[in-house]
Amino acid sequence: MATMHAVKDAVSAEAETAFAVRVDGLDVTFGEGETAVTALRDVNVDIPEGALVTMLGPSGCGKSTLLRAIADLVPASRGEIKVHERTPEEARKARDFAFVFQDATLLPWRSAIDNVRLPLEVGNPGPAHADPMELLELVGLKGREKALPGELSGGMRQRVAIARALVTRPRILLMDEPFGALDEIARDNLNEELLRIWTETGTTILFVTHSIPEAVFLGQKVLLLAAHPGRVKEYMTVDLPYPRQLPVRDTVEFIKITAHLRKMLEEC
Amino acid sequence: MADIAQSQASANERKSGSAWLAKSGDRLLPLLAAVGMLVLWQLIIWIFSIRPFIMPGPIAVLGAFIEDGPKLWLNFWLTFLEAALGFIFGNLIAILMAVAFVHNRTSERAFFPIAVFINTIPIIAVAPILVLIFGNGYSPKIIIAALICFFPTLVNMVRGLKAVNPATLDLMRVLSASDAEIFWKVRLQSSLPFLFAALKIAATTCVVGAIVAEWIGSNYGLGALILLASYNYHAPLLYASVFSASLLAVFLFAMVSFAERRMIKWKTPAVH
Repeated sequence: MATMHAVKDAVSAEAETAFAVRVDGLDVTFGEGETAVTALRDVNVDIPEGALVTMLGPSGCGKSTLLRAIADLVPASRGEIKVHERTPEEARKARDFAFVFQDATLLPWRSAIDNVRLPLEVGNPGPAHADPMELLELVGLKGREKALPGELSGGMRQRVAIARALVTRPRILLMDEPFGALDEIARDNLNEELLRIWTETGTTILFVTHSIPEAVFLGQKVLLLAAHPGRVKEYMTVDLPYPRQLPVRDTVEFIKITAHLRKMLEEC
Repeated sequence: MADIAQSQASANERKSGSAWLAKSGDRLLPLLAAVGMLVLWQLIIWIFSIRPFIMPGPIAVLGAFIEDGPKLWLNFWLTFLEAALGFIFGNLIAILMAVAFVHNRTSERAFFPIAVFINTIPIIAVAPILVLIFGNGYSPKIIIAALICFFPTLVNMVRGLKAVNPATLDLMRVLSASDAEIFWKVRLQSSLPFLFAALKIAATTCVVGAIVAEWIGSNYGLGALILLASYNYHAPLLYASVFSASLLAVFLFAMVSFAERRMIKWKTPAVH
C-alpha cells in the first residue's frame, strides 16, 4: 500500500512538475478588425521545471508579449497557457511567479528594504516568504537597506528589484530585459549573480533579452522568436556546463553558438 | 565599497566648509539688494520731496509699524485665520474630489465642467454674493479663500494621482494588489509632488482671497485696514498693511515648503 502510494505520488509529481510553463497554440492579437496586430501566432513552448530559459529575437517578435501573457498582464486571444497546471490568473493570485521589469520600478519614497517588503504588504502574500534582509545580502546590497532608490545606481536598483521578486519565494521568475539599461560591467556582474541565485534557489527563470551573448551565457535553453508575426523560430539547448563564469564567453564553443544564433536572427 | 563610502564622506566634509560660505552668500545677496532698494526708495522721497500721503518713505512705514503695531498684529491674525481655514477647507475638498474623479470616471465627466465653470467666475464678482448670503462674519472670507485655492489643487491632484508609472501598475497587478492598495501604497505618494506644487500656489492665493473678501464687507482684518487707511490718506499705515499681507503669504508659503521637505524626502523623478 505504502509503495503504491509512493509510486502514485512520484508519477503525479512527475506529471505536475515536469513543466513550469506550458504554452499551447498561443495567439495574442492587439486591437480588433482592420487595425488588429498579431503579436504572437501559434506559439508552442514548454519550460521545464527549474530551467533557465532565455528568450531572444528581433524587436517586435513578441518576446515581451509572451512573457507578459504568462504573467497574466496580456490576455491570450487563442490557445492556452498553463503555469504549474493552472491558468496564469490563478498562478498570479497564488504568487506562483514574480516579474522583474526592465525599469526597476522601485517606489522612490521607500528604502531598499521597504521596497523588498512591498510584495508582502499587498494582495495575498501567502505564508512562505524569505527574509528581506537576507535577500538584500543575497543580491550583494548588505548595508544599503536604508538607502532610497534615488541614492542607488541603476545596477543596485535592479538588484533590489530582484530581491523584491524573490521575497515571496516564487517558483518562477519572469524577467523582461532586466539588465537592458545597464552598462556592460554592471550587466556582467548581474549575469554572474543571477546564475548564482538560480543555483541557490532552484527557481525556474524565463529571461527576455536582446543580447545574444547574454542569452547564451545565462540560458540552459534559448528560445528564438521570429517577428511579423511573432512565432517560435528555434528552441535550442545550450551545451555549456554550469557553473559558468564570464571567461566562457571567449571559448570556441560559446562563439560557435552565438554565431549560429546571429545567423538565425538575421534570417528572422 | 566601504572605501568609496569613506572617500565620499570626506569629500562631503570638505564640501560643507565651502558650502557654508556659498550658502551665506546666497542669503546675503538678496538681503543686500533689498536694503539697497529701500535706501534708494528713501532717497527718492527725500530728493523729490514727495509728500507722505502720496507715497511714504520706508522710514515712515516703519513708523506706522511701530505706532500701529498692536492694531496690525490683531488684524494680521484675523486675516491669517480666514486664509488658513480657507486654505485647509479648499484644498481638502479639492483633494477628496480628485480622489473621487480618479476612482470614478463618471463623476469626473459630470463634475469637472462645473469645477471649470466655477473657476472662470472672477472671485471679486463672487465675493458680494457670498457676503449677501453669509453676512459680515468669517464665513464668506473663508469660503472665498477656499474657492481660490480649490481649482489649482483639484487639477494638480488629479494629474498627480494619474501620473503613476505604467510599469509600477503592472508590478502591482502581478502582485494582485487591490485598487485600494494601489491607491494607498502608490498613487497617494506619487501625487505628493503635484499636490505640493498646487499647495504652494494656494498658500499665496488664499491670502488674496481673504483680503478681497474683507474689502467687500468687513470692519476687521488686513483687507479692512487697507481700505480704512486709503480712505483716510494714511499712506504709511496702508503700506504697513500691504507689507503685513505679503508677510502673511510668505509665512504660509514657508510652512507649506517646510511640510513638503518633511514629507517628500525622496528625489522627485521629474514632475512634468
